[in-house]
Amino acid sequence: MTRDRQRWAVGAATGMVLLVLPFIASNYVLSVATLVLYLAYVGQAWNVMMGFAGQLSLGHSLYVGVGAYAAAGLFARYGVGPWAGVWLAIALCAAMAGVIGFLAFRLRISGVHLSLLTIAFAELVRIAFDHIDGLGGPGGLFLRVAARDQIDLRAFRGPPAMYYYAMLGLAAGALAVCAALLRRRAGYYWRAIREDEVAAQAVGIDTFWWKMRAVVLSAAMTAVAGVFYAFYYNSLFPEQIFSFSRSIEIILGPVIGGLGTLMGPIVGAAALVLLGDGTTELLARAGLDVPGGKHVVYGVLLLVVTIYFPNGIWPPLARVLGFRPKRL
Amino acid sequence: MALGLSAIFGVIRLVNFAHGELMTLAMYAAVVAFQGLALDPFVTMVVAAALFAGVGYLIQRAFINRFVHRPEHAQMLLMIALSIIIANLLLLGFGPDARNVQTSYQLDSFELGPILLDKARVYAACAALAATAALAAFFRFTLTGKAIRACADNPLGARVAGLPVAHLYAVTFGLGAACVAVAGCAMVSLIDVTPTLGPSYTLLAFVIVIVGGLGSMVGALLGGLLIGVSEALAGVLIAPSAKSMVSFGLLILVLLVRPQGLMGGGRR
Repeated sequence: MTRDRQRWAVGAATGMVLLVLPFIASNYVLSVATLVLYLAYVGQAWNVMMGFAGQLSLGHSLYVGVGAYAAAGLFARYGVGPWAGVWLAIALCAAMAGVIGFLAFRLRISGVHLSLLTIAFAELVRIAFDHIDGLGGPGGLFLRVAARDQIDLRAFRGPPAMYYYAMLGLAAGALAVCAALLRRRAGYYWRAIREDEVAAQAVGIDTFWWKMRAVVLSAAMTAVAGVFYAFYYNSLFPEQIFSFSRSIEIILGPVIGGLGTLMGPIVGAAALVLLGDGTTELLARAGLDVPGGKHVVYGVLLLVVTIYFPNGIWPPLARVLGFRPKRL
Repeated sequence: MALGLSAIFGVIRLVNFAHGELMTLAMYAAVVAFQGLALDPFVTMVVAAALFAGVGYLIQRAFINRFVHRPEHAQMLLMIALSIIIANLLLLGFGPDARNVQTSYQLDSFELGPILLDKARVYAACAALAATAALAAFFRFTLTGKAIRACADNPLGARVAGLPVAHLYAVTFGLGAACVAVAGCAMVSLIDVTPTLGPSYTLLAFVIVIVGGLGSMVGALLGGLLIGVSEALAGVLIAPSAKSMVSFGLLILVLLVRPQGLMGGGRR
């Protein structure tokens, strides 16, 4: 009982802080918070595929990129706003994920081979986008930078606080969707597949279709993040957005936080960004400008976590905070 | 000519995401040795190979052996962590600018009738072939080589037969690292080196290994050859910038249709 109350208290307090943050924090803090939420969101999306269904994708930058290019292309070339563009982005990504998933799962590709397959597709599409001149090619695609002081919801242009709230909404929504899914049939089926696919099949789960659903849902969620990315950063380069290191960035959060847990992606993203940017900031204060310092921290963090906390930092952290740590 | 070099990549079977970064590290070693001690990259190669073999052995002993019984994705993540650390430490140490090595023979070439061959490339290819041959001989003829192959075939059986499996894994990784060092030192006379060079070479190595067949040395050579030729052809026929598209297309095709690779055995 008291544990439950404690949980609610912690949750409510965090929610309150997150809601009023734009009023009390500087723009820098806000941009850091937005980054945390962005990573938490894409981490959550990726976690559906890997954490729940156990299919390791190392090519999720593919969906971020395609989503971003779909919406930004529509906006830049035809003036169609992101509210329509996001549907195109979702449709495209879901379709691509469907094709990749269909090929992979029909032909029984799994494990390392599946991961390599996802990388290969991401790289293939990256090079393809380098050759689409209508979308800028390797030179990049740019969106007009709007005045940052007025809110234009239709074109999704506005001050940093607007982007912050949008990302907060998305992250909260993703958390709610995942929490709901886990309690339903889908969640149980996915975890059954993750733990033992043959056994899952033996008890009558159509593993092919459930894996497909996980992949397509994960891709569709990631597509929305791509749209956000395009309108937040205003510039897209195939070289950057489809790059392998971008995919790695997506998976770092959930892996460090805890694979297959609901809070893992969020905790992981926060830990990464706070430690990474914190170190950069401290070093900058000390008069040291070190490119790459942040990523060394990322790497060390990942190394430590994979060696000492194979289930991520959330389960032990939750125990300390008095939550019931369950690996979902 | 880079074919021979890429073939080296294929020889070890570990799913190693730090491959490209290790090579970049070797390239920087060659640059430093050249600038500081005026050593030719092909001399550095021998030293670097020995050094990397030691480092590789230690890495395997310190980190990876704990992971042998963990799921595959844990091993991959470990290697990714190592690769991030290496790449960014290089960035810290050397800055983002490209470095290169200027040797006296870089612009020379051999004339073979109508064909002109760059000297640096010929040397690089010779080094690659020599390393590959040495490795093949090692695996085929020495006791340790045979023992390693036994481990790869059946780790449990190897342990039952009394082989020090952990030690052998570490030796394998050390050998792989040595090969990578050779490749890096050879490459440095051909291309400039930047800290972010790693990932693209890791991926290239994967393409070659998978296409050729995991764990098959003939396959690796063949895969390197196939990728090299098809990329060159695509560069001529379609567009130079689209050539790596062909290799990734090839990778996807092989992964889907024949995941064990062109020369891999029937068992996965």
